[in-house]
Amino acid sequence: MELFKRTPTIRFLEKRRYWYAVSVLVIAASLAAVAIRGLNFGIDFTGGVVIEVHFPEAPDLERLRGALSAGGLGDAIVQSFGTAQDVLVRLPPAEGEAAREVTEHVRAALATVEPRAEIRRTESVGPQAGRELAEKGATALLMALLFIAIYVIMRFQWKFAVGAIVAVLHDPIVVIGMFAITGMTFDLSVMAAILAVIGYSLNDTVVVFDRVRERLVQMRKATPREVMDAAINETLSRTLLSSLTTSIVVVALVAFGGEVLRPFGVALLSGIVVGTFSSIYVAGALALDLGLSQRDLMPPEKRGEVDALP
Amino acid sequence: MRHFPAWKSVMVLVVMLLAALIALPNVFGESPALQLSRRDRAAFTEAAIPEFGGLLGGAGIAFESAAVDRDGRLLIRFADVTQQLQARDLIARQYEGQFAIATTFASRAPAWLGALGLEPMSLGLDLRGGIYLVYEVDVEGAVDQLLQVMERDLRKALRDARVVYQDVETVGRQIIVRLRDAGSREPALKAIRDFDPSVTPEDGALPGELRIALGEDQVRQRQDFAIQQNITALNNRVNALGVAEPIVQRQGLNRIVVQLPGIQDASEVVRVLGKVATLEFRLVDTTNSPVEAERTGRAPLGTRLYRQRDGTPVLLKRDVIATGEQLVDASFAPSQGEPAVSVRLDSRGGDEMLKTTRENLNRPMAVVFIEKEREVVERDGQKVVVDRSKEEVISVATIRGVFSNQFQITGLTALEGTELAKLLRAGALAAPLYIVEQRLVGAGLGKENIDRGFKALMIGMAGLFLFMAVYYRVFGLVANAVLLANVILLTALLSLFKAALTLPGIAGIVLTVGMAVDANVLIFERIREELRNGSSPLAAINAGFERAFSAIVDANVTTLIAGVMLFVFGTGPIKGFAVVLNLGILTSMFTALIGSRALLHQIYGRRRRVERLAI
Repeated sequence: MELFKRTPTIRFLEKRRYWYAVSVLVIAASLAAVAIRGLNFGIDFTGGVVIEVHFPEAPDLERLRGALSAGGLGDAIVQSFGTAQDVLVRLPPAEGEAAREVTEHVRAALATVEPRAEIRRTESVGPQAGRELAEKGATALLMALLFIAIYVIMRFQWKFAVGAIVAVLHDPIVVIGMFAITGMTFDLSVMAAILAVIGYSLNDTVVVFDRVRERLVQMRKATPREVMDAAINETLSRTLLSSLTTSIVVVALVAFGGEVLRPFGVALLSGIVVGTFSSIYVAGALALDLGLSQRDLMPPEKRGEVDALP
Repeated sequence: MRHFPAWKSVMVLVVMLLAALIALPNVFGESPALQLSRRDRAAFTEAAIPEFGGLLGGAGIAFESAAVDRDGRLLIRFADVTQQLQARDLIARQYEGQFAIATTFASRAPAWLGALGLEPMSLGLDLRGGIYLVYEVDVEGAVDQLLQVMERDLRKALRDARVVYQDVETVGRQIIVRLRDAGSREPALKAIRDFDPSVTPEDGALPGELRIALGEDQVRQRQDFAIQQNITALNNRVNALGVAEPIVQRQGLNRIVVQLPGIQDASEVVRVLGKVATLEFRLVDTTNSPVEAERTGRAPLGTRLYRQRDGTPVLLKRDVIATGEQLVDASFAPSQGEPAVSVRLDSRGGDEMLKTTRENLNRPMAVVFIEKEREVVERDGQKVVVDRSKEEVISVATIRGVFSNQFQITGLTALEGTELAKLLRAGALAAPLYIVEQRLVGAGLGKENIDRGFKALMIGMAGLFLFMAVYYRVFGLVANAVLLANVILLTALLSLFKAALTLPGIAGIVLTVGMAVDANVLIFERIREELRNGSSPLAAINAGFERAFSAIVDANVTTLIAGVMLFVFGTGPIKGFAVVLNLGILTSMFTALIGSRALLHQIYGRRRRVERLAI
């Protein structure tokens, strides 16, 4: 079976201005969503207490809220978690002794509604620790971008590097925007997924660029745009296939991996889709518009050989 | 395929056989078990086994096996958790307080694997249930303690050198010595230098004032010491709790991570681990009036105002005779019906106590009990962290006789007495600890997490295998075999490194599987291209591997960079994800570039003529 019987000859970059517009719109929408709606940060970043409770039968959330309010926990957020029987209670930060008492209060308040309620998991992160986790996450993100940029610049010509880095910046912004729009919990695991997405998206871009480098030298008579299009077309089936195979397992993760892994899986999945798009349209198009030409890739050592000939 | 040397095939085979062997213990699963260790720290002998067998059998509790492990602990395995918990309660009742009983999981792998040193991957807390705590060590508090000790020793040094001083006081990170007159400046300087040659006293702002600042090295040394000391103390406390495979380790500059698998009751653990209880022994100042000091809010020079348990104020001398740090042993030993804690000090503390009691017969001495905690309060709508230290005089008693390193403390209730003795025995914390992160996962949820994670992995892999087989036919089967090899290799490495598998780790394996296929896709697409361009089948395979090489390496290096950043900056479970991701990238490069080529060589390389490839 083959995706394309013949190497496709789609002229991807002819209409690149439209695709730039799409990208800019999506980025603007993402940034606007983050600015307006903000991210629903998990307690990893804000600090706070999360308690997962399992009920033998689906409880009435309103009654639970009422019971918690009556117990002096009016600022508790109650939501179902995966199944109707599992409930997540979230509370603002508390530390040390206070955190322990909060769990006890919640247990006592819920017991008034359903004595068989079982506390399955409690997590408590102090506000200071939360800030630090957020800082560390952001540092990891920036350092990853920096080192990837250094690697791409070392490995490829700078015009490629700029294209690759912009494409790589593009993807996490869109994923973060999606989390702002859907209001899904943005926690440490999502941060990890975004870093994986950065690596993954660049992976696609690098494969395309690798091919461009190869073809630029071979297709002497072609314009840079034709070379770029040829490279994208030739690697298209691979790009789509790899996205597909990765998506297969990530979809399994989202569907069967449980509630805890779901935000992670969704971040990966959306990152893979956006990353595939950006590798095709953003990275190559930018390198082209920066004036990529065959001359950029003339291997200097070859010139040396020619000079050495008698 | 003539380019593929035989030694590479042999190497792939050897590596895979080794990996399969190392990964093997993971296949057998684990049974719930109880781990008993004797409180007196003596080892169990095989002779003890029949006794427990009889006890459990008599109560109708079935168990799989019982054995003594290398560390002299008794391990009893059960078929299910219900029996395990029944047995725990029974043994706890029967041998009250004699053993530390920990619930744990024991591998079902045959003994010969264990004898080879091969063990299954350990499971992280989110998969087996337990408590994950991150403590912050108050290193500033440790420095304050150092200053206090220095201040006390300085006074003594000046007194011994007969230098007349007005006061010695700690201000920030400096100790200020106020002399009575300028004439004693030189002898004071000499006394200070003799006392500690490493300090450099400077002239203070006022005449007759000397300033001694702590060096940065001293501060850092002290902070490091405090953290090490706290780790030791936490280790002792954790061991006293009876937990199987606890982890206590330093994280970063001033954090300590404690992981306690199998523990389900957070409140008890947190109370025992984090409590900072220490003692100070001070002389009571009898020349000034504590009531007057309380009224004016100013304690006379050289004294501090404290409160007794009933609220009455008492003035104590600033000089500490001995602190909890100098404590060697403490036990709860009621005497004449009154609760009392029997205390033993080290030689330095003993000397000081001897000297003090000899010089102060029939004068009162106080025992100060110090407990620290941190709280978050709301102030003007802002959350503020407040450190609260409870300092209480638990007893004021007249020194009736001369004693040195062994004596008793009274004035506590029986409950406080037992707890204080336990805390003091476990080792004083050199600096206060605060919980900054606490995660508790119930055992049931842990089990569910594993099941879900593996279900996702299995279904994902099945879908992938199906897709590859349909899309690439024989080559797809090769890719699938290589993928399976990759998972085995990854499992082997994780088992070998004793890395704990967490839920994000499972997610990492799933992601690795999805991404590892990419290398094969790159190679196979290239082979198809070569075929389309008219290459012969074998030449196409060779060219496919060679031309895809640079793309594969480049692509994997970029992912590796992101993975390394995750590892460096990630904490806890995220580190687990990063470890799996990075190892997975390395193993997938090996299996895709060398493993799949070796396999294709076995299929096509030996034939004389290959007409077409099933790709």
